[in-house]
Amino acid sequence: MKIAIASGKGGTGKTTLAVNLALRAAETMPVALLDLDVEEPNGGIFIQAEIVEQRTMHRLVPEWDEASCTLCGKCADVCRFNAILKLGKKIIVMPELCHSCHACSELCPAGALPMRETVLGKLRHYRLGKLDFVESKLEIGVEMASPLIGQTIGYAESRCPGKSYVFRDCPPGTSCAVMDATKDADFVILVTEPTPFGLHDLGLAVETMRHLGKPMAVVINRMGIGNDDVLRYCESERLPVWGKFPNRREIAELYSRGELIYPQVEAFRRELDSILQQLESLPRQP
Amino acid sequence: MKEIVIISGKGGTGKTSVAAALAYTVPRVVMADCDVDAADLHLILKPVVQSSEDFYSGVRAEIDAQSCVGCGKCEEICRFGAISHESGKFSVDKLDCEGCGYCQLICPAKAISLPEQKVGQCFISDTRFACRLIHAKLGIGADNSGKLVAKVKKEARQEATRTGMDYILVDGSPGIGCPVISSLSGADFVLLVTEPTLSGLNDLNRVWQLTARFQIPAGCIINKADLNPQVTAQIKDFLTQQGIRHLDDLPYDEDFSQAITLGKCLPEINPGKWKTRFANLWQGITKELK
Repeated sequence: MKIAIASGKGGTGKTTLAVNLALRAAETMPVALLDLDVEEPNGGIFIQAEIVEQRTMHRLVPEWDEASCTLCGKCADVCRFNAILKLGKKIIVMPELCHSCHACSELCPAGALPMRETVLGKLRHYRLGKLDFVESKLEIGVEMASPLIGQTIGYAESRCPGKSYVFRDCPPGTSCAVMDATKDADFVILVTEPTPFGLHDLGLAVETMRHLGKPMAVVINRMGIGNDDVLRYCESERLPVWGKFPNRREIAELYSRGELIYPQVEAFRRELDSILQQLESLPRQP
Repeated sequence: MKEIVIISGKGGTGKTSVAAALAYTVPRVVMADCDVDAADLHLILKPVVQSSEDFYSGVRAEIDAQSCVGCGKCEEICRFGAISHESGKFSVDKLDCEGCGYCQLICPAKAISLPEQKVGQCFISDTRFACRLIHAKLGIGADNSGKLVAKVKKEARQEATRTGMDYILVDGSPGIGCPVISSLSGADFVLLVTEPTLSGLNDLNRVWQLTARFQIPAGCIINKADLNPQVTAQIKDFLTQQGIRHLDDLPYDEDFSQAITLGKCLPEINPGKWKTRFANLWQGITKELK
């Protein structure tokens, strides 16, 4: 079962929940955790595990072969992303604008734009007991996170089969990267905080997940700050609230040192276990 | 006119709280909220929209069932798996389509059109402070956030020029991807807001590697500095090494969530504690701008 852990707002506690939930679940069952926040992955800080595999991830972009080019300019005409320019007797490819659609390469009458690999980032696969942890890190300066997210999900599907749960730590926001990380998930847990910022961004996240038709539940972090508006919103929108983590400096300090919370804070562990129970009660697909 | 961009790498470090306090503090400024897919600055500045504009960018493929001959070429060449068929009827999944238009080019029946997509809205607003706010709302799952950020920045520059303002303050988004890259272009100064957690330091390091490519001078605020003095010390070492000006340490303080809850900025809820602090911070930034 694929469980996406997402939030509109950044810094609400997605990674804290994902890491603690995955490790707690892995005490009794096989699970995988994917860090899909590829721009700023942090799950690895909290998990000391043995590395299983490391891969450089690529995507394909066209490369100009001057010798066979007839300078007809069709490539520049067909590219809708302005990734190819014809300047005098030169064809210039801008890989950062390319979406890897292959149109220029396959429609070039002279075959002068073969597709070549360009680096997207690095994937690392770790194992600790029953937990497989896969994280991908986007290469600095690469604009598009989507292809790396898709490839990381694909890697885990083939290399980490037979898991009771695959938890996905998603990027913040509501843009394309979030859609890529959640669109084929079976269930979405949205993490928020009880402040107007938390509420506003939760609203955006709920709208996005409804658009995708996802069943979801809400977890409220730092309970005690702010006000009751998030609870009222969840009630009026009929969103189940699966957990309320207390606002404690102790938790923030543990997080700051890269430590797990549940072995050390009982109130946190109780909420975590109740979330796992709720997950167990979800209908399983055949 | 000088443009200052506030970013952090990691989400939730206090970018918007700092931006709101500076909106209150800085004279002759235009604010721009470039965290277009989860914008929150308006919750404090309470804008009254003066003008709005729909933002169109990119296209999505549409197949006209009447003219489609069902040859399947489009499905074959689509690298994004966006085209599928059911009982001979071909259709496009808008979420997967990237708008490359390859399918239209090879369709023998000319059955594919590429209508422009409305991906968001851009607003110019008055706020309850002296400044104006340029902000935007990105459509659900839209993939043109970088372009919408560029649009917000362009509008902010025009507004600043038109009204003779001295500064543009940009509230950026988390991460290091296209909206962040777009918000950095043309900036005069980068204000990094971080927190002393291993995640905060990790993300600061990555967003700094990106910023350094643009060769923009930068300063840093360590928020919640007393949460972990050891990591705070590590961050300070990092700043020295990298030539980033350390501007201030802010305390781990419930005033931050309190201010957000009241829909106010820090100097408003507790002037004694925050007013001079942010005035000094701004002085520190203006020194760097010279």
